[in-house]
Amino acid sequence: MNSEAISGIMKRSPEDKIIEMEGLHKWFDDFHVLQDINLTVFKGERIVICGPSGSGKSTLIRCINRLEEHQKGKIVVDGTELTNNLKNIEKIREEVGMVFQHFNLFPHLNIIENLSLGPIWVRKKPKKEAEETAMYYLEKVHIAEQAKKYPGQLSGGQQQRVAIARSLCMKPKVMLFDEPTSALDPEMVKEVLDVMINLAEEGMTMIVVSHEMGFAKSVAHRVMFMDFGKIVEENTPREFFDHPRHDRTKLFLSQILH
Amino acid sequence: MVESRDKGVQTEGALPPLIRIGMFNWMRQNLFNGIFNSILTVITLLFLFKVIPPFIQWAFIDSFWLSTAEQCRAGDGACWSIIPANIRFIIFGFYPHELHWRPSVAMVLLISLLFYSKKREHWNNSLGYIWVAGLVVMGILMRGGILGLTPVESDQWGGLPLTLMLSVFGMFAAYPLGIFLALGRRSKMPAIRTICILYIEMIRGVPLISLLFMSAVLFPLFLPQGLTLNKILRAQAAIIMFTAAYIAEVVRGGLQAITRGQYEAAESLGLNYVQKMRLVILPQALKIVIPPTVGILISAFKDTSLVVIIALYDILKTTRSALANPTWMGFSPEAYIFVALIYFVCCYAMSNYSRRLEKELRT
Repeated sequence: MNSEAISGIMKRSPEDKIIEMEGLHKWFDDFHVLQDINLTVFKGERIVICGPSGSGKSTLIRCINRLEEHQKGKIVVDGTELTNNLKNIEKIREEVGMVFQHFNLFPHLNIIENLSLGPIWVRKKPKKEAEETAMYYLEKVHIAEQAKKYPGQLSGGQQQRVAIARSLCMKPKVMLFDEPTSALDPEMVKEVLDVMINLAEEGMTMIVVSHEMGFAKSVAHRVMFMDFGKIVEENTPREFFDHPRHDRTKLFLSQILH
Repeated sequence: MVESRDKGVQTEGALPPLIRIGMFNWMRQNLFNGIFNSILTVITLLFLFKVIPPFIQWAFIDSFWLSTAEQCRAGDGACWSIIPANIRFIIFGFYPHELHWRPSVAMVLLISLLFYSKKREHWNNSLGYIWVAGLVVMGILMRGGILGLTPVESDQWGGLPLTLMLSVFGMFAAYPLGIFLALGRRSKMPAIRTICILYIEMIRGVPLISLLFMSAVLFPLFLPQGLTLNKILRAQAAIIMFTAAYIAEVVRGGLQAITRGQYEAAESLGLNYVQKMRLVILPQALKIVIPPTVGILISAFKDTSLVVIIALYDILKTTRSALANPTWMGFSPEAYIFVALIYFVCCYAMSNYSRRLEKELRT
């Protein structure tokens, strides 16, 4: 690992760690989907994870908010270790936002209700304040005029921007993105990426599973390549794209960049 | 089309072509398109012609509305007179004659509560309190014993108030119980899951009649000496238990239709299990299963008539008893048509409401 190059990006102390994974393993039945993952994420850091399908990249970030349970190793998020303790899991989920490939907005609620649900019920905010926060973030993702519509009435790109705003309303410390643009029509990818770039500029800690290499180049501090459940290579975007060291990374990049 | 061409906005074909068909064309397309359908149409028309005029003759033209039984026997038409003559027994059963105003008020109260609850704007916490208050008032009216009201033992209750009580409370109690059972059946905790599966499968494995028998005969054996639960309550419990098991399976179907992404999105916001189910999953799942749920509630309503076998006098039984009176013997079709109409009105109102609710909730 090119630690010098990475640590040069930001000044760090151990207290700045927000996510720490140590010797993480996970199996789906007898399929060893994550094999000895070690990863530390610092506050304000932006990481892009790429790799072929089935390589475990989605599973890896889903372990961070316990949508998937790991079977061996240790994950500490924001100072709390993830165990079977439900209270801890809920506490961590409050601080970790997630954006899904298929948006997963709540179809029975309108946009503003989608956004204020978490703040009202989890953060215990008064309804009025939650709705003000919701409007603030809707404006941020340039979609305030759709506040009273239902998710089914919006385009894919709009839905994904709403989904991002929904996570932001919880004022999370980390945002996880699970292939946020993969289910979108090509002409809608940009509007979602623009929102993510804005977010990055504001200093949000982000872990993004994505094949958008342009986004990785311009936004990420670190790019990781995963294959067969392992982190094969990680480096600064420049090094990663210009001088990939592993053959598998080279092959993958040649396929994805044509 | 002319108009749109004038405006020059829409080209021809921008609107679907307007097809005008005359009655003759409509008949040819819908009733006589082909030899087989033509034959069917003719046969059906002949059948209707044979059946409907005589029925109208019997039910409306030759019929008696407010006559004595003797006058009815002398004529050929329907003897609707049996209903006004026995209406109070049919509706109220053995409830003391001079106190009939009490079940009447209770029924009006119940029906107004139902109408009030129809509106979705009224669905909030206070609705619960209103119902509890309504229940207490209805109980006092039916039972008496306080406020200077003459006590009326529950074995004298019967007729329409009994049918309405058994079905309305049966439905309202069975619905939440069914939801809990459905959630329990999908629980990750093996003990809860096993109990729910056992309950649902055992109840669904026996007919309602046998449950009613058990409630009447077996249940008292398990209760401590001296403690008796009245027969209506026991029947009510059996109906609730039975209906809940069916509701549970329907709701489970709805839960299965919700994608994993919805659960994950709710969880990733930090919602706990109760919040996740109440705010995200159940509103969607229950909406999907409105049609089958109402189907179950309608059959539960009709199944309350089975309580006759444990000697409760619901409206069907009081009607039959009225028919047993030698004066009015032989006029059963008229009486049964009347009771069928009451059942029909209630069931139709339910299915109508469910369709409206579905439309309102469509997003």
